[in-house]
Amino acid sequence: MPNSIISIKDLNFGYGDHLLHKGIDMEFPRGKVSAIMGGSGSGKTTILRLIGGQIKPTSGQVDVDGTIVHQQNRDGIYRLRRKMGMLFQHGALFSDLSVFENVAFPMREHTDLPENIIKDLVLLKLNAVGLRGAAYLMPPELSGGMARRVALARAIALDPDIIMYDEPFAGLDPISMAVICDLIRSLNDALGATSIIVTHDVAETFSFADYIYFVADGVVAAEGSPKQLMASKLPFVKQFIHAEKDGPVPFHYNARSIKEDLAL
Amino acid sequence: MDKIKLDAWVGIFVAIGIISLLGLAMKVGNLTSNDIRETYMVTANFENIGGLKPRAPVKGAGVVVGRVNSIIFDTEAYHAVVSIDIDKRYVFPKDTFANIYTAGLLGEQYIGLEAGGDEKNLQQGDRITQTQDAVVLEKLISQFLYSKASEEE
Amino acid sequence: MKNLLNFFENIGNAFSSRALRLGAATRLFFLILVYSADSFKRIHLTIREIYFTGVMSLIIIIVSAFFVGMVLGLQGYYTLQKYGSSEAIGVLVALALVRELGPVVTALLFAGRAGTAITAEIGLMKATEQLSAMEMMAVSPIARIIAPRFWAGVITMPILASIFSMVGVLGGYVVAVPVIGVDEGAFWSQMQANVDFRFDIVNGVIKSVVFGIACTIIALFEGFDAPPTAEGVSRATTRTVVTSSLAILALDFVLTSFMISG
Repeated sequence: MPNSIISIKDLNFGYGDHLLHKGIDMEFPRGKVSAIMGGSGSGKTTILRLIGGQIKPTSGQVDVDGTIVHQQNRDGIYRLRRKMGMLFQHGALFSDLSVFENVAFPMREHTDLPENIIKDLVLLKLNAVGLRGAAYLMPPELSGGMARRVALARAIALDPDIIMYDEPFAGLDPISMAVICDLIRSLNDALGATSIIVTHDVAETFSFADYIYFVADGVVAAEGSPKQLMASKLPFVKQFIHAEKDGPVPFHYNARSIKEDLAL
Repeated sequence: MDKIKLDAWVGIFVAIGIISLLGLAMKVGNLTSNDIRETYMVTANFENIGGLKPRAPVKGAGVVVGRVNSIIFDTEAYHAVVSIDIDKRYVFPKDTFANIYTAGLLGEQYIGLEAGGDEKNLQQGDRITQTQDAVVLEKLISQFLYSKASEEE
Repeated sequence: MKNLLNFFENIGNAFSSRALRLGAATRLFFLILVYSADSFKRIHLTIREIYFTGVMSLIIIIVSAFFVGMVLGLQGYYTLQKYGSSEAIGVLVALALVRELGPVVTALLFAGRAGTAITAEIGLMKATEQLSAMEMMAVSPIARIIAPRFWAGVITMPILASIFSMVGVLGGYVVAVPVIGVDEGAFWSQMQANVDFRFDIVNGVIKSVVFGIACTIIALFEGFDAPPTAEGVSRATTRTVVTSSLAILALDFVLTSFMISG
């Protein structure tokens, strides 16, 4: 794809001898919402960390907006991260700061804007996620869904080019889920940003994502638009999408035959 | 936590700490206003300083008038050169005696100054010429034994 | 035979894992020094931490100091009066506090109260991904969170130790003079004659600064290194107290021997 803002080529990553990723290629086109899906432990969140420069690949390269991430020094990585916003799984709001101060944090750290402008910007961001009225609450006073929306407001505080979501739907009630779905799509389009979502929520993701990557056994098992994947004949994809109990991902964990275990 | 209240409490905390430290220094310790006053330095030579240490008191008529600054060994004349700082308020004549005494029976040693009758006073950098060494216990015992022995003759 | 080899392997393992942790803690210490500019340029970060470590410890320090001073007064009088030296009670209380009990007991209380709070807070921030989030926002958590807490601990400790010594002396005074009846003048004058500012008080302050550095680094490291689970954080707080206490007592011996000989 010619218009990718992030490009992952032949990525290998592992701890010790065990390789988590074995030759992954992914492209994330500008302005689109892409999803990385797969079973638990397949290394989806690790890909986000590799993009953000928190860890280095064993081999291969991750290219963000023309810069190869792991070749940067600390200042270079920090410069790249200012173009990114990340939403962590449970929000990761700073528990000793109010909602307002959490969203203002990136603005105060990275810009010299005067306080009155920061105040207006923070309230606008909170308004975009529907929580302007909660500006002076403290994180322990928020529900899970609200905390995640505040974290989203914080992630877009500096109008990033890339927004990354780590399991944004995990543990939410249906209403909050619908709200987040809507926000991911509308914010992406309003900011002209590129969004990457790591998730295993099929129904929600398929309803608004532009392109989806399936990761299994350390490689990209399948990719395509939601329509293409719904029609896919690949057994792994079918098992995942239709939530089948048994298939390429087996039900039984590796064990001896039941006859041996019960000593029959 | 309100920023102003927080700053106030920390300010109070640091203030209490400084007051405690000053209280310790002055009421508990011996950092009195004497030590902060201006001093002038004179030297005195001794054949034997005994257990005299730097910062030992220098007393006149039992009153602390200064402190021992430093003690060095003169390698040419083979005696100890003791420098003492005397409070500027107290002047001593040029023929003052400097003796090394012991506080109590086995206590710390200090320098006692006994004024002479000279009209001119000691100035910064002068040397006290009349000195008496510390009493060394071994010499005392051997003196005693020697005098006992000569008595018997 | 295999058991014997296992035994040695375990010893070696315990040794090398502790050495590894000591190395990691030292590395954290140097990183803190490198990233300390913000702790002073944005002094409010440090002031906030001084409040939480120092001001919040005031009550326990003052109450403990008073009791310790009173016990010293009682015990000291009971022993001294057998030798007819009951008037030296002031000297005994003051020297015991200023040279040893002030810095050491303050440090032990600090490790228990403020040290565990720091470990739990940082461990929890790590477990809820707050430190990761800060990193992803291109802000160094060491500069912003860890270093201010370090400097707060180093500044707070000598202040608390001085307060402890002073309140302890007052506690000893309260027991010795009004209650037991030792002469007030003798109490203070003997004390002043025998407590040297440079040798006793300043050395006590130096000790408390060293303890402050050690306890705070241990608390910060254990929190930073804790596994991001509830059990991991709780084990880390226990380790903070144990390791800090041992470090305080060992350092006290080392420092005291230096101060007495040098």
